[in-house]
Amino acid sequence: MKKIRIGSGAGYGGDRVEPAIEVMEKGNLDYVIFETLAERTIAIAQQEKLNNPDKGYNGLLEYRMEKVLPLAAEKGIKVITNMGAANPLAAIKVIKEMAIEKNIKGLKIAAVIGDDIYDSIDDYMDYDILELEGNLSTIKDNIVSANVYTGAEGIAEALKNGANIVVTGRCSDPALVVGPLVYEFGWDYSNISEIGNAIMVGHLLECGGQITGGYFADPKFKDVPEPWKLGFPIAEISENGDVEISKVDGSGGIINRHTVTEQLLYEIHNPSEYITPDGIADYTNVVLEEVKENVVSVKGGTGKERPATLKASIGYKDGFIAEGEISYGGTTAYSRAELAKEIVEKRLEIIGATFDEIRFDFIGCNSLYKDSISSSMNDFNNVKDVRLRVAARTKTKKEAQAIVNEVETLYTNGPAAGGGATKNIKAIVAVCSIFVPRENIKTTVVYEEV
Amino acid sequence: MKLYEIAHSRTGDKGNISNISLIAYNLDDFATLKEKVTSEKVKEWFKDIVEGEVIRYELPSLGALNFVMHDALGGGVTRTLSLDMHGKSLSSALLEMEI
Repeated sequence: MKKIRIGSGAGYGGDRVEPAIEVMEKGNLDYVIFETLAERTIAIAQQEKLNNPDKGYNGLLEYRMEKVLPLAAEKGIKVITNMGAANPLAAIKVIKEMAIEKNIKGLKIAAVIGDDIYDSIDDYMDYDILELEGNLSTIKDNIVSANVYTGAEGIAEALKNGANIVVTGRCSDPALVVGPLVYEFGWDYSNISEIGNAIMVGHLLECGGQITGGYFADPKFKDVPEPWKLGFPIAEISENGDVEISKVDGSGGIINRHTVTEQLLYEIHNPSEYITPDGIADYTNVVLEEVKENVVSVKGGTGKERPATLKASIGYKDGFIAEGEISYGGTTAYSRAELAKEIVEKRLEIIGATFDEIRFDFIGCNSLYKDSISSSMNDFNNVKDVRLRVAARTKTKKEAQAIVNEVETLYTNGPAAGGGATKNIKAIVAVCSIFVPRENIKTTVVYEEV
Repeated sequence: MKLYEIAHSRTGDKGNISNISLIAYNLDDFATLKEKVTSEKVKEWFKDIVEGEVIRYELPSLGALNFVMHDALGGGVTRTLSLDMHGKSLSSALLEMEI
């Protein structure tokens, strides 16, 4: 029976590079995928492209390709990645130039485009925003990017036309796996159950080390061997839908029922309806079996027909976040931090500071879970290393500046022995979503060859 | 008994929604999780943090529950004032729950 081996080379934009090289060298792979786009990444990449039309792809593209290109050529491994971010066309030009420089020949490099709908955003002003009250026109002047989550069609088309390297923009994460499987097994979108299963595989691989013992270790409860050399995962998919998750022998990390279950449910809402552009995956009847050490078989992923609409991620400017911090130590640390908070509150009143929202945390006491959970775990008055954090959202940078200054001035005006004051202001690029008709979106594939 | 003695957990985020899985180390303990860790109890536990509803999904073959918590992340990763913008540490808070 035909089997396809797909390895993961990255679980996020800035991920480690050595495990990608390791899995390509030793994983006996047919494909390697690099998933590098978080919800907001593309909005930030669009701004880079605005400043320089040759940029806007993943910042580590050149660094990764330096090692990946020669290996892909040598071993005949096809590379599928969304490192194109806001600019897949520029990304494939860079890859082509790198290949020429390295004297690599016979590569077809594809860019899948069509996810960027910023130029036609005016057509969608009366579309309701999923996360906010009202329609898109309410944030019209602040929009900086608009990208649709596309499916696997463009990737499968590129592979059919002989591409060795496929670079996309905002395609859905699991599409990086669905594309090669649709192509290899000759499926179309009437293979609903097979595609549901393929989406599940994509979901298991898309976060790289998160299925091989990353984001998992909890000493004595969940021990992970050698996490400093965590291996990235490999999925071997059989034509009948059987899947085995493994990693390269000798790499660090662990794969068992627990790591796979945690990743299967990661960022999932209703497990019978994981909605992606290629289909709606159903994990309800998934069964896991530990076949041998660090190999887990995953069976039973199915699906439902793909949705009529596609989600578009809209990036928009949303003011500023001001953040100021200062630390107190010793037996009375918490009471001095509390006094510092009171001083800041009074100062903001006196200077007439304005903001949309403000939050005070005592790091070491309640910064992660606020008061009710935190106080059940910990008596704050016994904590002897407390850091006050003041965070506020403002409309303007000037307002943000006034707030962080009131934290910094605690140095000479506040409680005794406050140390390590920091202040930070960042411009917010937020994202929200609209749903657009599938028929409005047409992906096309552009090729470069060496 | 605290939940961390029999279960492990991972948090994920999408927009302003947080989901927390709760997975029995031993499949035999799934029945206990199902009985003791209701969506009402989780909503009450996270009352300072979660403003919306909490929906529970059951995956018996995996020995797992999945809690989907709405309006849970102070506006979501891009605009929240939380130090832990994604709410990644919320799984550890759930495991501190007494049952």
